[in-house]
This record gives sequence, C-alpha cells and structure tokens, in this order.
Amino acid sequence: MKDLDFLTSTPSRQIDYEKFDTRLLDSVLENETSFLTCMSCGGCTATCSAGNLTNFNVRKIGLMLRRGEIDQLSVEIEKCMFCGKCTLVCPRDINIRNVVLLIKKGIALLKTENILS
Amino acid sequence: MNGKYFIIPFLAGMAYLFLILIVRGIRWISGLSKIDKLRLFQSLKSGRTLKSLKEAFVEGLLHRKIFLKNPVLGYMHMSLAFGWFLLIVMGHVEAMVAEGSLSVPFYMPIFFRYFKTTEDFPLARFFSFMMDLLLLFVLSGVGLAMLKRFKKSLFGMKRTTRLKLFDRIALTSLWLIFPLRLLAESIAAAISHNGSFLTSGIGKILSSSQHIELLNTPAWLAYSLVLGFFFIALPNSRYMHIPAEILFIFLRNSGIRLKKQNTTYTDVQVFSCSRCGICLDNCQLSTAGIRDTQSVYLLKNIRNKDLDDEHLFNCLLCGKCQIDCPVGIETIDLRITQRIESTRQYNSSYEYLEINSSPSAKVVYFAGCMTHLTPGIITAMQKIFETAGENYWFFDQEKAPCCGRPLMLAGQYEAASKLIENNSRQILASGAQTLVVSCPICYKVFKEDYHLFNMEVLMHFEYIRRLIDREILQVARSPQRLLYHDPCELGRGMGMYKEPREVLAMTGTLVSIRNEKEKAYCCGGSLGNLKIKQEERDMIRNQAVNDYLEHSPDMLVTSCPMCKKTFARNTRIPVLDISEIITRNMLSPGIPGLTESKECILEEEYI
Repeated sequence: MKDLDFLTSTPSRQIDYEKFDTRLLDSVLENETSFLTCMSCGGCTATCSAGNLTNFNVRKIGLMLRRGEIDQLSVEIEKCMFCGKCTLVCPRDINIRNVVLLIKKGIALLKTENILS
Repeated sequence: MNGKYFIIPFLAGMAYLFLILIVRGIRWISGLSKIDKLRLFQSLKSGRTLKSLKEAFVEGLLHRKIFLKNPVLGYMHMSLAFGWFLLIVMGHVEAMVAEGSLSVPFYMPIFFRYFKTTEDFPLARFFSFMMDLLLLFVLSGVGLAMLKRFKKSLFGMKRTTRLKLFDRIALTSLWLIFPLRLLAESIAAAISHNGSFLTSGIGKILSSSQHIELLNTPAWLAYSLVLGFFFIALPNSRYMHIPAEILFIFLRNSGIRLKKQNTTYTDVQVFSCSRCGICLDNCQLSTAGIRDTQSVYLLKNIRNKDLDDEHLFNCLLCGKCQIDCPVGIETIDLRITQRIESTRQYNSSYEYLEINSSPSAKVVYFAGCMTHLTPGIITAMQKIFETAGENYWFFDQEKAPCCGRPLMLAGQYEAASKLIENNSRQILASGAQTLVVSCPICYKVFKEDYHLFNMEVLMHFEYIRRLIDREILQVARSPQRLLYHDPCELGRGMGMYKEPREVLAMTGTLVSIRNEKEKAYCCGGSLGNLKIKQEERDMIRNQAVNDYLEHSPDMLVTSCPMCKKTFARNTRIPVLDISEIITRNMLSPGIPGLTESKECILEEEYI
C-alpha cells in the first residue's frame, strides 16, 4: 500500500481543461510563435547557468506555461539570469530569451491587474 | 506705411515659437537632477562654454559631420543653416548701417527691402550684392533639398524617414520661405529700380507687367505668412532639433549623461533628433528586412509616447547608429534606459545566490556563459595559463552566476546589480590582482559596473600580450592571412581596436578591410536583441561573411565567443578566437618552429 501513497500525499496534478488558464500562453505565443515548435528536448536546461546553481529548469518553464500554472511559474521564472545560452543551443531556434521576457512581462501585468496574488 | 500689417503673421509665429522654447527650456533644465544642474552651472563658468559654442557653430551651422559623410548632403544642410544664419546677421548689419543706429526693430532686417526702398546709405551696393549672394546660397540648398526628396541616392542615402503632418507643414513652409523672399525682394527692386544681380534681374522681368506696385504688399505678406507657419509648426515638427541641439551640446559638454533612468536629458536628446535618417543606412537590421525599429524611429516613438516592447527590444545594440549620428545622440544608452524603464516592475532578486569560499590566487579567470558554449576557447586559455605557470583560479569552471551584462542589455539593471554584488565579493575574496576575461560582453560590465578596487580587468589578449612582452610566452609567425572581426561590445562598446590587432599581427598577416573598427559589422548574434528571429540573425551574419570572403582570408579571427559561435554556424569561413590562434602558434619552451599545420586548425572544433 505504501506505493500508492502518492495518491493522497501530494495534491492532484490533474488538469481541468475547463479552468485551463491560457492567458499567459496566448500572450507569449502572440509575440513569439517560435515557442510552438518546442519539443521539450531539454537542451536549454542542460546548458542553463541558473540551472547550474539552483533547481531552475527551462524545460519545465515551458511545461508550466503550456499548463497555465501561472503561480508556480511566477516563482520559477525569477531565477533566470538572461544569459542567453538556452537560445543559442536550442535545436529549434526558439527565441527562449524573449519567451522568458514575455512571461515576466505577462506576470507583471497580471499582478498589476490583481488577478494574481 | 499703412501696409505694415503684413508683418503680423511673422510676429505672431515668432512670439509663439519663443514662448514654447522658453517654456520647454525651463522645463528641461529644471527637470535635471541637482548634480546635473550644478554640472551645467560649473561648465558655463568654465572654458567649456567656448567649446560648446564652437561645437554648436561647427555642427549646428556648418554640419561638419554630415560633410564628412557626404559632401553634397553636407552642402545642402550647410547652405540652409549657415546661409540663413548669415542672411540674418548680414541683414541686421545692413539695417543698422542704413538706419545709422545700433537698435533697429528686429523685424526690420527681415523685410528690409520693403521698408528701405532707396540706396542712400554707405555700402548700399555692397550689402545689396551680399544679400543676393547669400539668398542664392540658401536657394541652392533648398533646390538640393527638393531634389533629395525625389532622388536620395544622389546624396549617398538609401532611405529617409517618413514625415508626419507638422513635419510636412514645416517642410513646405521652409521650402517656400526663400523663393517667396526672392519674389518679394524682386518686386521691391522692380518698383524702386535697384537690387543686385539676382533681384534686379528678376525685377526687370517682372516690371514688364503692369501694376507691379499692387503685387508688392501681397508678396511680402506671403513671405511673412510662410515664416509664421514655419515658426508655428516648428515646435511640433522635427525642426525642433534646431534649438534643442544647441541645448543638447551644452548639456553634453558639461558632462551630463543618462544614468539608468529617464530625465529631461532624455527629452533634450529626443527633440535633438532631426530625423535625417543617416542612422538607417548602416543599420544591419535593414538587411534582415526590419525597417521600423531603428534609432530614428525609437526617438520618434519616445517623442510620440507610443513605444512598445516589440520595437524597443528589436535592436542589436551594436552601436553603429551612434557612430553615424551627426547630432551625437547617445542612441545605445537611450535605448537601454528605455528598456530599464520598461522592465522596472519585474527585476529578479536571485535569493538563491550564495557566497562560496574563494581560493587565493594571483589571477582570476572568468570565462563567462558564452565562452562555456565555445569550449575551444577555454581549452586555449587553460593551456596559456599553464604554459605561463600562472597561479590562477578559474572562477566559473564548475558553476558561477552570469556576469550581469545580458540582464543589463535587457534593461534589468537592478537584477544585474545582484549578480554583480555576488560576483564581486567572491572575486575580491581571492585576493587576486588581475581578472582575466575572454568575453567582451563580460569585459564591458566588469570594466563599467563592477567595483573591484585595485584589481585590474584584462581581456584575454591583453593578458597574452603581457606574457609575450615578458617572454613568458613565445609565438611564431605563420604565413596565414587573418581577418579580424571587431566585436561590437569591445570595439564600439569599449573602443578597443588596436590591442587585439597588435597581438594578432605577431602570429600572422592581418587583412585590413573597409568595414572594420568603428564601421565593423555586427555578427548578428547580439544579446542586445530579444526579438529577432534566427533566420534574420543569419541574414545579418551572412552580410558580414560575404564581405569578409571577398578578401579571401585564411581565417576569420575574433575575440568574442558569441561572435565565434555565430560565425561558426556559417561553414564557409573558418573562425577562431585570438586565444586559439595564440595556442596554435605557441612555441613550447625549447622546441622551435610551428607545431601545427593549417589543416589541423581547420578540422578543429566548429560549434
């Protein structure tokens, strides 16, 4: 039974598509369509200078963005140091630096609108 | 003199213009920080005022910088500005002589031939001749200006800026002022049978028509009206640059700079832009089809308060426009300042940063993020340190924060300060005297924003140069033709053109090209641009590569890992960093001669 502990010990990560928050994703995609081509290879995460110092994970940033997990994203995105290595190594030539900038901008906007705590 | 009312449009325009200029001047100067006001005050007392006046004369009237760029374009600007200035000065002298008094009404010289129909004062013929000559001088400029609108290429310009309503009104008025003045003066000359070579000639033609007297006042009224229109349109048009530039020269020469936030100094610079469009021609973004984010449009957007992120962040910050700007507007600082203002809300605090213990060393080596993506440079640097037997500490060998420069380029100055503080503490704790960096992006921030007390910051080639001078390192010359690519951050950014070339000249033959040093290309990889697509970056890079290939160098050499990585994506030309060239030409102690052949170099590591 111990193997099934995760069912109760961690909160559900089930995504309710009815309540899916796409505001941030939409605003990012509007200005940076290259993000659509991300295949979550993790090259960005492997090279990341911030990821070398902390548990920051660029690939997960993309995942959170797609899932609309804005609260978590707003904490994680703070760790990025903007060095640009991720953008240089991306095999799909995604402008990740701009994605991060747009996320930061979008979150700041949501915060000023008092939608986000 | 019942017809004197025709000067009212001129007087009204003049009064409006002066009112606006006084209000703006007071607002701009009072908006400066206390220390900047003090600077301005101090400089007015010192000899710098003379320097500023001289600059205002040479740049504002003679347009020296535009002359250097293109003589015809320079002549056009000079004939309009300096010619008009001389017309005003000469007109005043003429009026004073004619009236025999030092105080003549200020409108008198403007409409002199209307008020003074006789030539009964000393040197009247001389003045008449001079005024005609000067008018011809200005008219030649107007003619060229009209021609330029239709055929830019004659003036060495590929593009020019788009005009808005007030610009059009002002431009049309400006074009009409001098032909109408000529007409009015010719009619006056026809009536009183005088005038010099220009006005008397046209006057004779006109006098053939009957009732020429009836046309006199309307012609002077038309002249007065266009003057009035020009003065009223001026504050809201690009011609505001004429008064703003003079103030800008005084402020700049007193040592006032933009300091990471907008002050009225921003406004002065914004209004000083004449929208000549010279910055458009050399902007490499145009190569990639981006035509609406250049400095002239940035300044226009700031002035119209409609600047958005898509335009603000779409710039390589390569600094070419700043070199080209005839007014000397600090386009790069201005853009970074707007980025700082735009991203002020979301600066990170990086609470996860921790201070680790630093080993003691004589030299600290900071490779930087970009060097870590070009491991060939790291290997070369390590080899150099080891050959020199240096007691060095490789600060970011395993892990370390970024230098902070990429954050600054993105406008996040406060966030960058956190990284700077953390790095400074660790670097200083090592007790080293020298910090060696192999990346110009890092170099710029270490030099300008870090406070490292007595520690000196060296680019890797400066350090290598020292080792060679002290005969710790020995390099052999090879017959290779090397073409050095100036990185933007190091060249235009820090003014280092000579030093890397001196080191390179020890290892091979340098190929000199037209577009180098201040005119050097940007590789397109720039961290300054957050919006540009990879395909667009490729176009910018290819522009540089195509030019380089024409000089058929054996090797493209740079001193920036970012440039190296960008060029390496284009496989038509082999590219190496200076440090790699050095290690390849290094003589091991006791073993003379070159150790590696060219083929060896070519096959190695192109990432």
